[in-house]
Amino acid sequence: MSATHTPLTLYQKLYQQNTITKIDADHVLLYVDFHVLNEYTSPQAFSGLRAKGRRVWRPKSNLAIVDHVNSTRDLELSHMRDAQAAEQIRYLRKNCDEFGIELFDLVDPRRGIEHVAVPEQGMVRPGMVIVCGDSHTTTYGAFGALGFGIGTSDVEHALASQSLVYKPLKDFRVDVHGHLPQGVTAKDLVMNVIGIVGASGATGYAVEFCGSGISALSMESRMTICNMAMECGARAAIIAPDQTTIDYMRQKPRSPSEEILGDWRNYWGHHYTDADAEFDRSIGVDAAKIAPFVTWGTSPDQVVPITGRVPFPEQVENDQSHDAALRALAYMDLVPGTPIQQVTIDHAFIGSCTNSRIEDLRSAADVLRGRNVAPGVRAIVVPGSQSVKRQAEKEGLSSAFKAAGFEWRESGCSMCLAMNDDILPPGSRCASSTNRNFEGRQGRDARTHLMSPAMVAAAAIKGRLTDVRTLGSSA
Amino acid sequence: MTAQAFTKERGIAAPLPAANIDTDIIMPKQFLKTITRENLGDGAFHDLRFNINGTKNPDFVLNKPPYDRAKFLIVGPNFGCGSSREHAVWGILQLGIRAIVGSSFAGIFADNASKNGLLLVALPPAETSILCDQVTCPDCAVLEIDLADQQIYCSGNRTIPFDISPHNKTLLLEGRDHIDLTLAHADDIRAFEAQRLARQSVFAAPSETA
Repeated sequence: MSATHTPLTLYQKLYQQNTITKIDADHVLLYVDFHVLNEYTSPQAFSGLRAKGRRVWRPKSNLAIVDHVNSTRDLELSHMRDAQAAEQIRYLRKNCDEFGIELFDLVDPRRGIEHVAVPEQGMVRPGMVIVCGDSHTTTYGAFGALGFGIGTSDVEHALASQSLVYKPLKDFRVDVHGHLPQGVTAKDLVMNVIGIVGASGATGYAVEFCGSGISALSMESRMTICNMAMECGARAAIIAPDQTTIDYMRQKPRSPSEEILGDWRNYWGHHYTDADAEFDRSIGVDAAKIAPFVTWGTSPDQVVPITGRVPFPEQVENDQSHDAALRALAYMDLVPGTPIQQVTIDHAFIGSCTNSRIEDLRSAADVLRGRNVAPGVRAIVVPGSQSVKRQAEKEGLSSAFKAAGFEWRESGCSMCLAMNDDILPPGSRCASSTNRNFEGRQGRDARTHLMSPAMVAAAAIKGRLTDVRTLGSSA
Repeated sequence: MTAQAFTKERGIAAPLPAANIDTDIIMPKQFLKTITRENLGDGAFHDLRFNINGTKNPDFVLNKPPYDRAKFLIVGPNFGCGSSREHAVWGILQLGIRAIVGSSFAGIFADNASKNGLLLVALPPAETSILCDQVTCPDCAVLEIDLADQQIYCSGNRTIPFDISPHNKTLLLEGRDHIDLTLAHADDIRAFEAQRLARQSVFAAPSETA
C-alpha cells in the first residue's frame, strides 16, 4: 500500500491492497481471494496441474459451478444426449473430488449461471479480488470487488498459486447523473455507454461507474452494468459499496455476520475513490435522456435507440470502420434507413449472466401479463439460477411467461452462447437479453439483437422490435 | 504449462483487416466441448474457412495460396475481443500461426497468447494498415519477426521496430513455465495470505463460511 497521501481511485486501492509483491515495472503479483470455476474453461487447467504433479494452493478459496454446457430442459446427467458435454461435467466432478474443491453440481439447488449464483449466495464482498475463467467476471465489481475474467492458463496459475501476474489498468470514470425514465433499464444505460465508448474504447482500463444515477440503482441493476461493461473492453468494472450493497448481502446464506454488516463502514468504508483522485479518462451520462436501446449490428457497440433507424455506414460514430458497418449490415440483412421497429423477429430469448435475475424476470412478466407471443415467434426464458427459478415460480412469474407462450426452463448459460442444445437455426433473428451479438454467437448465420428483458418481451408480443414504452399497461 | 518459445520466425503473413474479430469467430462454440487442448486447428476460424455444407470457402484469405501457409496474421483493431476461451489461442497456434500483428488486442486474449508462445505485436494503426496493404500483395507477404531485436523485417528492406513488455518478452523468448516463475515467490504468497486470512471474518473464502 502506498505510504504517501496520493489520492487513489477505488480501483487503485483494490489492486494495491492485494498486491503481494512487484514483479517488474509493469506487473505485480496479485493475491486472489476467491476463484470461481466452470466446466468448460477449467479441464485443461486441472490436467496441467496433474501433468506437473502440482496441488491446488488453497482449495477452500475455490468454487466450481456447472453452467455453460448443461441442457436447460432436463438437469439429469444420465439423460444428457451430448456426450462431450457430459464428459466435461464428469471431469469437473472428478477434479473437484480429487483436489477438494466445492462444487455446485447439476441438480444442486444453489446452482445457476456462475455470475448469478455466486452473488446470491452472499459470496461476493467489497474489497475482494475474484477471478474466473469467464469474461463476464466483471459482474462482481457491482459489490466494490475487483472481478475479472482469465483464460485457462491463468485458471491453472490461480489454482496452483492463489495469485496472478497482473498488469494494473488505467482508470476510466463513467459519471451517471439523473434517473432512468419508466421503461428504461440498467441494460439500456450500459448499452448507451458501450455505444459512446466503442467496443474497444475501455481496453486497458478499469471503469468505475459513479454518480447519483448509479446510487439509485438496485444491486441487480448494478450487476447488469458491471457485467456488460466488458463489452467496451473494460477488464474491470467497479461501483463503490454503499448501504444498498450491504442490504443486498443481508440474509444471504454465506454473507458475513450481521455484526460485520451492521458495522460495514468500519470494514469497507475506505472503499471509495478519493476526492482528488485522477482518472485517465472520464465521461458523463444523463440517465434521464436515455431511451431503450437495441443493437443493429454484430458488435455490442452497434446500438441505436428503439426510436431510431438502421444507420447508414457513413454515419457510424465510434471506432468501427466503415467496412465493419457494411459487414454487419450484410450479416444482419438490414437496409440502412429502415426504422428499427420494422425489423421482425422469429425468436425471443430472456436469460444470460447479464439479465436473468429476479428483477429482470419481473420486468418481462409485467409486460407479458394478459398478452400473447406473436404467431411464428419462439420464445424461451432461462432463469439465471435455480434459486431465481424457484422465486419466480413462487411469485407466479413462471405462470405469466407460460400463459403468454414462453418456454420455461432450468437455469444455465443456454442460448447466450449456445454451447448446449439451445441454439438458433441459420437465418433466424432473435430479440435477446444477452450480452453479445457477434456473428454466429447464438447459432451459425443467426442474427441477434441485444436489448433489455422488458424489450425482449415487447418484441415477442409484437413479432418485431418494439418500444416497450408504447405498449401501455397490460390487461 | 510451458509455452512454445519464440525467438525469430520467417514466413507468410496473411491480411485479416476486419475490426473486432471476436473469439466466437476464432473458435466457434462446437469446438469448446473438449477436455484437452488438442484438435483445435480445425476449429480455428471454422465458419470463415468452411461453408455451411462443409466445403472450403475459396474466398477466405487463409484458404488462398500463399496465405494457406501463413505463419503470421496482420489484423484489424480489437482482435480477440469477447469470450475468455483460450481455445482461440490454441487453435490459432495449431493452424501454424506464430505471431499476430495488429493495432489493438483484447485484454484476456493477449494474456492467453503470452502464456502459450503466440507473439502479439501491437503497432500504431497507420503502421498496421500499411503493413496489411503490403502483405495483400502475395509477392510481398514474407516477413521475418525477430523478438530479441524487437524488429519486423519486411520486403524492400524495410524494418519496423516494436515494443513489448519485458515480462512477456522473457516468457516468449525462453518458453518458460509461468507457474514456476510465480512459485519462486511462494514464501511471499504465504506471508501475504496469512495476513489476509487473519481478517477471516471479512475476507474468508466464501466456501468456508457455510
